[in-house]
Amino acid sequence: MRQGIREKTAYMGVLLSLALLLSYVESLIPLDFVVPGIKLGLANLAVVTVLYWYGWREAIALNVMRVLLSGFLFGNLFMIMYSLAGAFCSFLMMCFVRKTGKFSVIGVSISGGIFHNVGQIGVAVCVTETAGAAFYLPALTAAGAVTGMLIGLVAGEVLKHTEGHIRAGK
Amino acid sequence: MKKNDFYLAAAVLTAAFILWAAQRFFLASEGERITVTQNGEAVGSYSLREDDILTFTDGAGGRNVLVIRDGEAFMQEADCPDGLCIRQKAISKKGESIICLPHKLAVEVTAGEEAETDAVTR
Repeated sequence: MRQGIREKTAYMGVLLSLALLLSYVESLIPLDFVVPGIKLGLANLAVVTVLYWYGWREAIALNVMRVLLSGFLFGNLFMIMYSLAGAFCSFLMMCFVRKTGKFSVIGVSISGGIFHNVGQIGVAVCVTETAGAAFYLPALTAAGAVTGMLIGLVAGEVLKHTEGHIRAGK
Repeated sequence: MKKNDFYLAAAVLTAAFILWAAQRFFLASEGERITVTQNGEAVGSYSLREDDILTFTDGAGGRNVLVIRDGEAFMQEADCPDGLCIRQKAISKKGESIICLPHKLAVEVTAGEEAETDAVTR
């Protein structure tokens, strides 16, 4: 049992660094000139993996740490607030979709991608107090679905290959 | 990939495409004017036909420089921390907007009431 907790702590650390690396890679590939607010959501790979390995508590811890750390490293306080809203929205949706049991990790990741963008548009609408940003909703929804699917496919492979190696560590 | 995943992706993409197509058909005419909103209040409305350089301040030291040139508007300069508004492409079609979140600034292309009344009275 002890062993399990140690192992889990180590894996969480590794995945947090992975999430940070992916956030960094993502910051090198700016896509927001295509449609403002568009994101690859690479770091969601780590979040989805932890969600399936351990559960929602661990995943939300990783998610918050990732947003805070990558925000301070590569962004600013404002970006953190903006990202947290997107991450929170997407996380709630992923937990919900996973709970239904009707979708695989790909469906979960797709819903996460979509709702990350929806959450960010919501923030933009609230902050500017105009509905202008909602104009980009269709484009961002489609983009979120596509990137979410790609991340989901990769996450599916990761989960397949680590099956049986990860202990719950309760 | 489960069947449901596929249905989900297909449904979302179809819905997004329909919405996008609807926007294209009903809205995407070349806009006549831009409306600038800051902190939720309309700050001004400007014609896209007249070249101009406009500066907006948010009252807390934030500054944005918007340029209108050749019927398009783009953010030339801003001192916001992320600079996303500068990277956004020039806007000219109705509904398109440039948003600078840190300064709570939104620039949106509107049809322009003046232009519409002109067309009707003519």
